[in-house]
Amino acid sequence: MSSYLEANARERLHAVLDAGSFTEFLPPELRIVSPHLGQLDAPVSFDDGIAIGAARLFGEPVLVAAQEGGFMGGAVGEVHGAKLTGLLQRALLDRPYAVLLLLESGGVRLHEANAGLIAVSEVMRALLDVRTAGIPVIALVGGSNGCFGGMGIVACCANAIVMSEEGRLAMSGPEVIETANGVEEFDSRDRALVWRTTGGKHRYLLGDCQLLVADHSDAFRQAALDLAQECHANAGEIALTLEALEAEQHFLQDRVDAFGAAADPLDIWQKIGIADAANLPMLEADAFVAATAQLRRRP
Amino acid sequence: MDWITLAAQLFPGGHTIVEQDNFLTGTAQVDGVTVSIIGSSGHAPIGVEIALMQAQTILTTLRNFPQRPIVILVDTQGQRLRHRDEMLGINSYMAHLGKCIALARSSGYKIIGLVYDQALSGGFITSGLMADACYALPGATIRVMGLPAMARITKVPLERLTELAKSNPVFAPGPVNYLQMGGIEAIWDGDLAVQLAQALQDANPVDRRSAAGLQRGGRSQALPVAQAVRANDSPA
Repeated sequence: MSSYLEANARERLHAVLDAGSFTEFLPPELRIVSPHLGQLDAPVSFDDGIAIGAARLFGEPVLVAAQEGGFMGGAVGEVHGAKLTGLLQRALLDRPYAVLLLLESGGVRLHEANAGLIAVSEVMRALLDVRTAGIPVIALVGGSNGCFGGMGIVACCANAIVMSEEGRLAMSGPEVIETANGVEEFDSRDRALVWRTTGGKHRYLLGDCQLLVADHSDAFRQAALDLAQECHANAGEIALTLEALEAEQHFLQDRVDAFGAAADPLDIWQKIGIADAANLPMLEADAFVAATAQLRRRP
Repeated sequence: MDWITLAAQLFPGGHTIVEQDNFLTGTAQVDGVTVSIIGSSGHAPIGVEIALMQAQTILTTLRNFPQRPIVILVDTQGQRLRHRDEMLGINSYMAHLGKCIALARSSGYKIIGLVYDQALSGGFITSGLMADACYALPGATIRVMGLPAMARITKVPLERLTELAKSNPVFAPGPVNYLQMGGIEAIWDGDLAVQLAQALQDANPVDRRSAAGLQRGGRSQALPVAQAVRANDSPA
C-alpha cells in the first residue's frame, strides 16, 4: 500500500521507517488500556490508539509515535497521552537523531476529557523539552481524520511539519464551529471550503507547514529525513530562542495584518500573488509546489 | 470574580494592570518584587489577536526584564470558534503563546497561572497549563466542554454522564477534579496575596502533574505508563 492517507498507524510506521527496524514500546500484548472507557461501556483498544517505539530512518536512529485514527479518531486520553509523553521523555535519555510524530487526531478524547486536556499540556511541555535538548521533532500530518484540537497545537510545537494536500491541520473542527455559530459561519458540509481552510495546500502557503508532499508513504519518508537533516544543519535553531520567537511573533502579526480581512482562503491566495488561485485545488502536489514555492509565506 | 476585585486582593502592594478588549496586561508588586501580568477577562474567547498580545507581553518581559516573574490570570471560554481564526491558523498562534511561556520557564523565569473565573480547553492548555504550576479559585469553572455537549458527541446518555461525573473526576468540571487529576496545584482560599507570594516561592519548572495525579488518586495511569515507556518495561 502506498497511500499514506489510507494506511493505518502501523502500516504507516512500516512504510515510513526502514524495513523491519521498528521496535514497539508497550506493545498491544501488554494490554495497556484506558482505565476510563470501560465505565462508559465504550470499546477499548489494546494500544489505546497509539503505537510508539524506536526505529531507523535511512539508517538514523529515531523515536516515533503514530496515532491510530481508526480508534476514536486518534483522540488523546490518559494512557494515549502518557505513551506520547513517555516517548518524548525517553528521547532525553536515548538522544535519537530525531523524534517523528505521525499525527492523526481529533484532539482531546471527550470520554476522559479532563485527563486528556492535562495530557495534551504534558505532551506540549515534554515536546519542547526535547527541542531544548537539541533533538529535532518532526510532525507528519496526512491521515484522514486530520490533526485537530490539542494535537493541532502540539503539531505547531514541533520543529517542522510535513503535510499532504489531503492532510488537514487546524484547531476546532468545522462541525464544532457550525454548532456554536451557525452554518453561515462555517458550513461543515461544504467540503471544498473545509479543504481550502484546513488543508495542506493552505497551510503550506501560509507557512505553517514546511513541506507539502503527495499522498504517498515514500514521499512522507523522504520529507521526514529532509526536514530532520535541515534541522541538524541549523542545529542552533532546534531549541526555542528569544530571537526565533520574536521573529515568529512578527511573522504571525504580519499574517493578521495582511489577511485578517479576508473572507475566504481564496482571497488570501490571490493576495499572495498566485495568478490562477481558483485552480490551485486542481494541481498535483509537485506542480502546486513548483507554482507556489517562491510566493508562499515563510517565517 | 471580576479582574478588578481579583487584582485588588492579589496585589495589595499595587498594580498597573489595564484591560483592553478582554486582554489584561501590566505589572504588579508581590512581596516588593515586580511581576509581569498577562491574562484575559470576561470569559474571553481566545482568537489570534489576544493570543498574539499575550505572547508579545511575555517576549517583552524576556527581552527587557531578566528573571521578572510572570503571573497568568485565566478567564476564557476557550479558543474563538470562528472560520476566520481557523483560516489564519489559530493553532499556530496558540502554539506560539505556549512556546513563549515555555521559553520563559526554561530560561529560569518563575511563572504561575491562576484560574480566577473560567478555563476551557484550548484557551487553557496554552496559558495556565503551560506555567510552572496553575492554581484556581474555589468558584472557578474548569472543563473541556459542558456535559450536554459531551453527551451529544460521545453518544453516552446525559443522565449516565451526570451520574458518573459525581464520582469520577475524569468527566466532571470544576477545580476540585482538576486538583485531583494533578492539573491544578492547589485551590486558594483566604488571603490571595499570601498564597500568590508562596506560589512564586515554590515555583518549579519540572512538570510534576502526573505524579500529583497519581498521589491524589485522580490519574492512576499517567505516571506509571510514562515511566514504563522511559524504561521500556510494563507499567507497575
